[in-house]
Amino acid sequence: MNKKILATTSLAGCFGCHMSILDIDERILDLIELVEFNKSPIDDIKKFTKPVDIGIIEGGCCNSENVEILKYFRENCKILVSLGECAIMDGLPAMRNGIPIEECLREAYIDGPTVQENHEHIIPNDEELPVILDQVYPCHEIVKIDYFLPGCAPRADLIWNALYALITDSPMEMPYEVVKFD
Amino acid sequence: MENLENKIKINLDGKIIYARKGSTIVEAARENGIYIPTFCHFEGTDPKACCRICSVKINNRLMTSCTTPVTAGMEIESNTEELKDFRKSIVELLFVSGNHFCPTCEKSGNCELQALAYRFKMLVPRFPFSFPRKEADASNPKIIKEQNRCIACKRCIKTIHDEQGRHYFAYKNRGQHLEVVLDPVLGASISDALAKRAMENCPVGSILYKGKGFDQPIGTRKYDKQPIGSEIENQS
Amino acid sequence: MAEKSKINQILSKFENDETRLMDILLSINVMQGYISQKDMQDISVLLGISMAQVQETATFYHFISTTPRGKYNIYLDNSITAVMKGRAEVKEAFEQFCGTTFGKVSEEGMFGLYDTSCIGMNDQEPAAIINDKVFTNLTPYRVKHLVEDMRAGKSPNDLMYEDYGNGNNADPDVKAMVNNHIRKKSIILKDDYQPFSFLKTKLKEYTPERVVKEIEASNLRGRGGAGFPTGLKWRFGRRTDGKHRVIICNADEGEPGTFKDRVLLTEYPELIFEGMVVAAFATGSDIGLLYLRYEYKYLLRFLNRKLAEMRKKHFLGKDIAGIGDFDFDIRIQLGAGAYICGEESALIESLEGKRGEPRDKPPFPVEKGYLGYPTIVNNVETLATAVKILHHGAEWYAGFGTKDSLGTKLLSISGDCRYPGIYEVEWGTTIREILAMSGAADVQAIQVGGPSGMIIGMKDINNMDNSKLMKWYKPSGMMIAEKFFNRKLSYSDLPTGGSIMIFNNSRDLLGEVVMNFMDFFIEESCGSCSTCRNMPLIMKNKLQKILDGNGVSQDIYDLLNWGKVLKASRCGLGQTAGNPILSSIFHFRHLYEQRIQSLTQFDSGFDLEKATERAGKFVHKKPVFHHF
Repeated sequence: MNKKILATTSLAGCFGCHMSILDIDERILDLIELVEFNKSPIDDIKKFTKPVDIGIIEGGCCNSENVEILKYFRENCKILVSLGECAIMDGLPAMRNGIPIEECLREAYIDGPTVQENHEHIIPNDEELPVILDQVYPCHEIVKIDYFLPGCAPRADLIWNALYALITDSPMEMPYEVVKFD
Repeated sequence: MENLENKIKINLDGKIIYARKGSTIVEAARENGIYIPTFCHFEGTDPKACCRICSVKINNRLMTSCTTPVTAGMEIESNTEELKDFRKSIVELLFVSGNHFCPTCEKSGNCELQALAYRFKMLVPRFPFSFPRKEADASNPKIIKEQNRCIACKRCIKTIHDEQGRHYFAYKNRGQHLEVVLDPVLGASISDALAKRAMENCPVGSILYKGKGFDQPIGTRKYDKQPIGSEIENQS
Repeated sequence: MAEKSKINQILSKFENDETRLMDILLSINVMQGYISQKDMQDISVLLGISMAQVQETATFYHFISTTPRGKYNIYLDNSITAVMKGRAEVKEAFEQFCGTTFGKVSEEGMFGLYDTSCIGMNDQEPAAIINDKVFTNLTPYRVKHLVEDMRAGKSPNDLMYEDYGNGNNADPDVKAMVNNHIRKKSIILKDDYQPFSFLKTKLKEYTPERVVKEIEASNLRGRGGAGFPTGLKWRFGRRTDGKHRVIICNADEGEPGTFKDRVLLTEYPELIFEGMVVAAFATGSDIGLLYLRYEYKYLLRFLNRKLAEMRKKHFLGKDIAGIGDFDFDIRIQLGAGAYICGEESALIESLEGKRGEPRDKPPFPVEKGYLGYPTIVNNVETLATAVKILHHGAEWYAGFGTKDSLGTKLLSISGDCRYPGIYEVEWGTTIREILAMSGAADVQAIQVGGPSGMIIGMKDINNMDNSKLMKWYKPSGMMIAEKFFNRKLSYSDLPTGGSIMIFNNSRDLLGEVVMNFMDFFIEESCGSCSTCRNMPLIMKNKLQKILDGNGVSQDIYDLLNWGKVLKASRCGLGQTAGNPILSSIFHFRHLYEQRIQSLTQFDSGFDLEKATERAGKFVHKKPVFHHF
């Protein structure tokens, strides 16, 4: 059997979902038998080098770079999976949604109680920096997402069951205890 | 065999069950070990039928089962694919119309909205998120009223009042702008017991008793292991 | 903030009665323009309820404000006919001359500008309510003069820029520039009405049972839209025991495009009141209430005068018309701006001083209504018709209309036609005839039954030459949507509370009409049901996505499916809140197909440039996109 190609990324996430992937413990040895990792923080491949079967997205989109990477994944992956609360419904970053972006930036760089020594009131705007979006967007409100695995972080068993089902084209087991939003 | 004298026969999803005269469909179902999901309905108070999730079909018409009394020979559809999907869509509607960030919520694991989402295996709401801007009101000495999480079910309005019947909680505005607010004057003197009861009666994490939270380890909370409704389905 | 003594005064006038909270709030609202937190606190102490409970009612109604308003408050009708007749220019003129924008009060506190749902003037739009007076046929030119006069401190009565309208609109107690526009008369609007002649001469010969029987024999059905058989309702009310029984006349016509009750109230108040008295006789009721929508407040003084005249003539009070033990009186309760209060149980809640949230049924009002008493709620037109039936007999009445729908119906016709106004037509009149009599040309679509009804196209009209306006009333909206789903809709079966709006081919049905209707439902939802509180906005946003050119065929499918959730709502408003979109998909699907991308499977509508615009502008940076 050809190995399925896997890619992962973390957008506006905390890498907790990636940690949860590693939480599948010794099953990671089975996983390595079944898949080959392409672009992913796990192997530090920066650009896609071949067409990918399964792309796993952690985090929602809070800036222009997130959006562009998400679209890059969509173009290169046959299946896209939203992994975790942030990818699905923006999670904690979305607590800024509804607050005008100007207010957010001012709070972060000028008015906030933890701001120190920004006497010139600079809000970073270097060309190389991504631009923040008017709100955080869940991935499926930008590109088509095929599967959703909720949780903060998603239970390792949920990730394993889903990957196993996708890799082996078999139905997925979803016991009650593994589908949780926290 | 129990005494069937004061009972009437109804048909729920093709199954004949015996219901107490004068009971509502929800009560009759529960007494027979059948779970019909409810939000706004709260035992011991008049039903208000504002969440609509308990809707069943009678003669092909949608009726709220928390308000509709049983009648002899009534034929009720409840657990059909159509109604299950309808109920799931109500849960999804409530998720997208507020800001329900389960990972940071004190009520997570004990929340009925979340529990119903689990029961219906909601992975992602079918509707777009609206991310409304709402505030948390922490001005009361004992209670935080977290508007981001309120589903306007009226439970607190109906159950939390003083000896003179004055309501601590009430609706404000209408339609999209509807919210449940805590009376700033009366609320200032709310007793500890009542404040705690308000938190308990709230199906979500919108009413919080100050100074306490996250005290139950994950895995031991109400809906961590067993779906909501299983306590009814597993009775007898 | 009102002085406490004034609040005390107002409350004692209403005997510190919690169920009169509407009147208490309206009185303070009139006195100082708004109700402050402190006022609500003072009221709550006197009524023995919490401040939040007072606020609950106060914040429900459009015309009650909890923040200061202007010296002059301008409520500009935003119904679709107003939009079609130049509302945008009028709005702009108000903003320009008043120096503020809609939703705000001008800096010096002079003008408050507000959008408001249909005020029942669709035949003379654009129209506005300024300090409770109605101004019709507005133009930017007229607005300029109105604002100048207001700046000069003129009273609302002195602001009139033309003669008073016809008929009783010129009555000293009305003094309105409103016109009746009665275009076609039949049994109700006929000039042969002698006020109270049935009451005076014939009622004595009747027993209550005979009155009910006569109405039952006529097959009269409620004219408000729901179409419940009137005789049966009276019988139910009569059968239920109660310390009191209540007759309510529902004069809260709020369905956009409907204004027939306004004309009846203006020209035939005696007929309506006579209907209430007769209904009270038939049902053994002693309490009479007429719930008048706030928009028609300009008729209040006039109507109260009519009631006073009736009392003098012993048509109200004790032993009415010389009939022993027949005691009945009528009080007019003013609404405060909420479409939902036209729903009978919401109306009763409102009458009890609460938010106008519909009740769950059962129990029905005939069993347990106003203050728990058996209550019969009838539409204005129903009561007027009942008097005519009693006067001439059910047999005579059967000579009008068709075999299975007897009598006549008042239509409020507006939109793209030469002669908008009130038409009393017999059942069985075809849509084609209606278009002809109202002088409509180049018709694209007709909205029957207001936004909660349905929109039908010219193609359908051409294909249903023999179609009749309606067989029987159907509970509005929802049932029609269901019929659509089952593809069983029969064109001979159009339900209507009387609103007919005509749109010609120059109109953008989706962008203009349907969006306007959706805004109406979003604004007027009471918010109690999770479905109606949330779903209309989601559907509107989805339609906007299609209008923006980002639609795909899935979006149409979603709209049809998502709209079904609304059917679980408690009342007619909620159940029909998706109808503007649903019925336009059925009858004008091509308009949707034209706007979607036929070759694209997925389009979220997300636009990176737009999403980064605000932040880019704020940090003075043009975003650079890398495009991996």
